[in-house]
Amino acid sequence: MSAAIEVKLIGLSKSFGEVKALNNFSLEMAKGELVALLGPSGCGKTTALRALAGLQPLDSGKIIVHDEDITNLPTSKRNMGMVFQSYSLFPHMSALENVEYGLKMRFRKFSSSERQKKSKELLDLVDLASHMNHFPHQLSGGQQQRIALARALAISPNVLLLDEPLSALDAKVRSQLRDEIRRIQLEVGTTTLFVTHDQEEALGIADRVGVMKKGVLEQIATPAQLYDKPVTSFVAEFVGLTNPIEGEVRNGKINILGQEIEVLPGSVTSGKAKALIRPEAISINKESNANAQVLTIGFLGSMLRVLLKLNNGSMVTAQLPSSDNPNYKIGDQVLMRINPVPVFAKEL
Amino acid sequence: MRNFKRIDVWRWLIIGFVGAYLLIPVFAMLEFSTRGAPGERSTEAWTAIPTFPKLLSSIFSSLQLAVVVILAVVFILVPTMIWIHLRLPHLRRYMELLCLLPLTIPAIVIVVGIAPTYRALYQVFGSSPITLSFVYFILVLPYSYRSISASLFSIDSHTLSEASRSLGASTIRMIAGIIVPNIKVGIMSGAVISIALVLGEFTISNLLNFETMQVVINLLGKRDAATSVAVSLAALVFAFILLAILPTTNRSRSSKLKTNRKVGMVIK
Amino acid sequence: MQNKERVISLKKLETNNLFRKSIPYLGVFPFALLAFFFLIWPTLVVVYGSFQNLEGGYGFGSLIEVATNEKYLNGFKVSIQLAAYSAFAGAVLGGLFSWAIANGNREGYFRRLVLAASGVFAQFGGVMLTFAFLATFGFNGMLTILANSYFGENILTDASWLYSLLGLVVVYTFFQIPLMLIVFLPAIENLKPEWKEASESLGGSTANYWLKIGAPILAPSFLGALLLLFANAFSAYATAAALISQGAPIVPLQISFAISGEVSRTNPGISKALAVGMILVVVVVMFGYFKLQNKVSKWVKS
Repeated sequence: MSAAIEVKLIGLSKSFGEVKALNNFSLEMAKGELVALLGPSGCGKTTALRALAGLQPLDSGKIIVHDEDITNLPTSKRNMGMVFQSYSLFPHMSALENVEYGLKMRFRKFSSSERQKKSKELLDLVDLASHMNHFPHQLSGGQQQRIALARALAISPNVLLLDEPLSALDAKVRSQLRDEIRRIQLEVGTTTLFVTHDQEEALGIADRVGVMKKGVLEQIATPAQLYDKPVTSFVAEFVGLTNPIEGEVRNGKINILGQEIEVLPGSVTSGKAKALIRPEAISINKESNANAQVLTIGFLGSMLRVLLKLNNGSMVTAQLPSSDNPNYKIGDQVLMRINPVPVFAKEL
Repeated sequence: MRNFKRIDVWRWLIIGFVGAYLLIPVFAMLEFSTRGAPGERSTEAWTAIPTFPKLLSSIFSSLQLAVVVILAVVFILVPTMIWIHLRLPHLRRYMELLCLLPLTIPAIVIVVGIAPTYRALYQVFGSSPITLSFVYFILVLPYSYRSISASLFSIDSHTLSEASRSLGASTIRMIAGIIVPNIKVGIMSGAVISIALVLGEFTISNLLNFETMQVVINLLGKRDAATSVAVSLAALVFAFILLAILPTTNRSRSSKLKTNRKVGMVIK
Repeated sequence: MQNKERVISLKKLETNNLFRKSIPYLGVFPFALLAFFFLIWPTLVVVYGSFQNLEGGYGFGSLIEVATNEKYLNGFKVSIQLAAYSAFAGAVLGGLFSWAIANGNREGYFRRLVLAASGVFAQFGGVMLTFAFLATFGFNGMLTILANSYFGENILTDASWLYSLLGLVVVYTFFQIPLMLIVFLPAIENLKPEWKEASESLGGSTANYWLKIGAPILAPSFLGALLLLFANAFSAYATAAALISQGAPIVPLQISFAISGEVSRTNPGISKALAVGMILVVVVVMFGYFKLQNKVSKWVKS
């Protein structure tokens, strides 16, 4: 199914003095898609989002939305809803008034009763209709962000822009709200750009995730593809946990702990390298020809996290389902084997 | 190069207008005090300053006053504030109210009420202007309280005090060695405003007949306008330089780092 | 016998506890002493003294005199006018100035210098201020001479305007503007950029933003600052004293005459009654100021 391309960011570049915030950055978004931009602080993800919003002037590049070149269009004419990391809501207005604001600005043809009706519908959508007359300082962080979302959706935007909307919230609220946002986004069907530095967040809700580093898009793919088939060491290490284990690469395979494992495209092609092994790709058994010692075993509910020390001194974290019932305990010498899934091998 | 937006034009127009309002009189002071023979400039008014003994002694007195007030702020106000902050937090509201009271009670009113007290103090301390330090301490309270309290709130004084106590520091050591260095900025800011206030104070000293710098300048103004203007300008520039170079701004971002560093030093 | 001993030892425990509990309060003793003798006590003296009468008796005489005598009523009227006009001028000009500074480089030297200068100007003694303006607009002032040489006879030539109410307003505004900057700049800088950006993304123009968001949010701070400026000008004495304004008989001047002149001998209560009048005005104004501050802090917390 090829959905229509709603947003095209073409060759965006922006420098702040010596620093290149965006370096020839390009991205396409299909209609109704939720794309996450993921990366460490300073990678340019927020710059890209703000450029799309019209809040960040660019040195070069083009922005096309719905087949229209909006590169030079002012923010107020772009019809994009935005949710910020904090201070999203107008403090002197109630929740209802906040949501109504966009309708007042854009759709003067709406009567005030129509506006109120639409706003209440949106507050229902985010489950906060009962708080419509409350002021921001009377609401929790999570509630404020939900109202900010309702306010952004009120104007039926072409694109919804979320700038680290969960970063300022408590961990528990964060994971609840994350799924809420995805649910609402799917229900309304708005094309959405979601910026975050939290890879769990990005992978958890996006259709596709773009990993950025220093103004450049390293890889854009579905969460599963990013996780299983990273194309650079940065992506491999940023997304999910990895254990770097030394070995030698020859003929497209790396030799570690006596096993030959296939390497992914983009890896080192020959010589010494470090294979980036996922914690769940490790199996442990108490056997006589041991190659590691168990240091700690942590119980995480459905998972076990085992810290192992290899004979060469390096540490490895393994993750196994609790149901596996380990036949080893802390201090035992065990045999560690790696599942033969292709891995990324990076330079030493 | 920043693009020159329309907003910048407005900004500079406003800054220009207000700047003119504020700086023209200052410039006029310079002009007035350097008038010589027609068409010439002269530094006569300035070089004449040391020749007025009352002027010099009053400047000296005012500076001494400023020092005494700062000492009072550092050795009475700061410890009291820290003490209340740590040990008697329920008193904080009252202290805050008390410290803001001098803003509500005009100096002229304080003079009316304090005249009898000062008649009594005259018996003990004589006519030295330094006795004004008592009432000046009260006058600077609103400003110094505000800046010190802002500092106290921005550092985590409870954690610091508990950490130092658990490492064996006595109360005095804790206040002087741990808390005070971390609120240095607030204390400095309060001290500098105190200097400006003491040097500029006229109402109370005039009506209580003490000869502070302002009182003498006023008297002098009737006889030798140019020199009084010169001294005023000098005082202005002096206070400005002080305020400009001393670190009086509280960069709240870095003060948290400062706290951690100080605690780290203690633990080491 | 045992019960009596117990009661005595319990009482001892009580006093011991009381003693121990009050030790921390010793820490605030020096400060409390100073505050009492140099702040609370004078205020009490003023209030108490306002009930003093002609011939040293006690009653409402002085207070009534001050409240009904046209001379004193006029004094209050002029004081309030002066304070109101200069507060308004200072608030508007200072407010615009704050906006201009807030939109500049927050780390730059310019801003730092401007704030330092404002701190100095706001505390700038009334005497020095008067001399500055005499040097500018006085009969021999710089601008007066300049204007005379360029335009011949003009409005500045007769410098006696400086001694009238208008002159005082112009002079007072000089220290009102920096005070406004100091008090109001934090409020303007508290306007989060997110609010303007949200307004824009929702389709609002700059005018929409200021009308519906910027102004309503700033209003309490602005009004609070205005009140503070009013209280500041109302309480000022030095400038008028240095100018010896016959044209503007403000209350502080009347108080100083009452203290040092004949009035203090015949009716010592007058100066104190006038002082009480001043306290009343300022307390009402400052009460409004604090109420507005509280309102603002509620929003800022969010």
